[in-house]
Amino acid sequence: MSKDNNLLGWIDARFPLSKMWEDHLSKYYAPKNFNFWYFFGSLALLVLVLQIVTGIFLTMQYKPDGATAFASVEYIMRDVDWGWLLRYMHSTGASAFFIVVYLHMFRGLMYGSYQKPRELLWLFGMLIFLALMAEAFMGYLLPWGQMSYWGAQVIISLFGAIPVIGDDITLWIRGDFVISDATLNRFFALHVIAVPLILVMLVVMHVLALHEVGSNNPDGVEIKKNKDENGIPLDGIPFHPYYSVKDIVGVVVFLILFSIVVFFMPEMNGYFLEHANFEPANPFKTPPHIAPVWYFTPFYAILRAVPDKLMGVIGMFSAIIVLFLLPWFDRGKVHSIRYRSTAFKGLLVMFVISFVALGYLGAIPATETRTWFARLFTLGYFSYFFGLWFISKNENTKPVPERVTS
Amino acid sequence: MKKSLILLAGIIFPVVGWTAGGTIFPNDDISINWDNKQAMQRGAALFTNYCLSCHSAAYSRYNRVGQDLGISDELMKQNLIFTTNKYGEQTKVGSLMKTTMTTEYAEAAFGTAPPDLSLVARSRGTHWLYNYLRGFYLDETRPMGVNNGVFPAVGMPHVLADLEGLKKVKKEMQDDGHGGQHEVIVGFEQVTKGSMSTEEYDQAVKDLVAFLDYLAEPYKETRQNVGTGVLIFLFFFLILTYLLKKEYWKDIH
Repeated sequence: MSKDNNLLGWIDARFPLSKMWEDHLSKYYAPKNFNFWYFFGSLALLVLVLQIVTGIFLTMQYKPDGATAFASVEYIMRDVDWGWLLRYMHSTGASAFFIVVYLHMFRGLMYGSYQKPRELLWLFGMLIFLALMAEAFMGYLLPWGQMSYWGAQVIISLFGAIPVIGDDITLWIRGDFVISDATLNRFFALHVIAVPLILVMLVVMHVLALHEVGSNNPDGVEIKKNKDENGIPLDGIPFHPYYSVKDIVGVVVFLILFSIVVFFMPEMNGYFLEHANFEPANPFKTPPHIAPVWYFTPFYAILRAVPDKLMGVIGMFSAIIVLFLLPWFDRGKVHSIRYRSTAFKGLLVMFVISFVALGYLGAIPATETRTWFARLFTLGYFSYFFGLWFISKNENTKPVPERVTS
Repeated sequence: MKKSLILLAGIIFPVVGWTAGGTIFPNDDISINWDNKQAMQRGAALFTNYCLSCHSAAYSRYNRVGQDLGISDELMKQNLIFTTNKYGEQTKVGSLMKTTMTTEYAEAAFGTAPPDLSLVARSRGTHWLYNYLRGFYLDETRPMGVNNGVFPAVGMPHVLADLEGLKKVKKEMQDDGHGGQHEVIVGFEQVTKGSMSTEEYDQAVKDLVAFLDYLAEPYKETRQNVGTGVLIFLFFFLILTYLLKKEYWKDIH
């Protein structure tokens, strides 16, 4: 039967449906040796969809108005059918997004997924991370609780540290002299329309860049170097059905963990939903301890570790900028941790310890001792990048196999 | 070595949320049994009789409380709804549990408007509430004549005094661990008797806190029940998806 006589043929003559299906799924060849760490990309996509879908339904009941925002969230929780589920999925989804993305990024660090030719893929990923932080920060203001209000107050006031134009910038961001109804309205607009739009576009570019260069793998060898007579990589398997069925297993395991939080511990002991956020925003009452949500605490700890406010802000933003520059800090040719030097492994361990420790320190009130520890770990965080630049020039690596192992 | 270990432990185990604010007295633990609806009903009675005149619970509805705790609309109207609308008619059973006290009046009377209590069990925690409601003691320096061992310089009068009676505080100087000394509460002494014994009062406060815990998250039991079903489904689904994956992957070497 001729291909043009059926519905698919009709569409294909007018829109590249089969071509796209083949290019990105059924004939996109991924290395066959993906391990545990390769689940998090598809999981990040899943969480993005969950956030968008639950977000749409929350928007139907939520009121972006300083006088009624807090009450409308409680209305969703109590009076809207399944409203509590939508809201807890959305609030847990925010934290889940960061967990998944942090693990996804760590995978990139381990296997050198940012190295040539995947620099642009990494940069798109970093822009996604940046957009995600903006999205989460603005979303956290919307419930209009005490921590929403004061957290936003603290973070926005950071821009005031910029010399000369700092105060004007904070005023421009807030639309008022303090966080107010005007701020809530614009954050709502940005959280619901602008940033999600940017996020989705960046995700599309991230995936397109990935499919252009092909996936890295735990061995860090290019599967495109060894192709059969049909031009198919010898170590590649079609993404669909092999990785689609495999990723579904990952999705179900993820959903089990996600459901345990959503249904049995939605506050996560104050880490996912802070206790103080169950009190409506009160501009006249500062909470005794203002802490950002856990996914910002590593950067917040760096901010607090530096005695000078402006330098602290610069330090905090530098912590993110150095991540952007990672492909150029790493001068090594070997991708995977499996074949890299002990020095590299040591640096990576130090980086992970520093990041986690900074996360802890940023969540708890600062004391003098803790600040010194925060400085130590800040040093550890930045040392990774400069250490990497230093060791990767003439690194004592192991021989890399020609083909992927197992 | 030991000292640095303790130091390290103090840094590693983070303290988030409810523990902020130093020492409190009393500081007794409370456990809440969500199956005990009678306790929550008694708590609801205490709440509407003693708390709801000044505090609101404006995210909650009378009939929802009734449905969840097994109180009929009739009983609710007869015994637990004390507010009226501007025509003097009793508040409807489907209404939000608001108070009739205006903010202006409240601020004039107490200095600050009493907070809404719908979510107080989630913002303060049940442990805090249980001890706060048992922490009032006589203090002539305070405008309401009482102070509180959990919430120093509290603005609220001891509303439950006719149940508990009034207590005097016993204080002692203690080392603060940094070379100085500070005054801490070590006990209470009953001055006037209330209509309840100490044990009865503690139980009444437990009931009230159980009700507040319910009020903060009325859908908690639904949430957990649905969650159990979802998890059971996902476990079976996991087996299926795993078998599917194995079937597809058996020809990949």
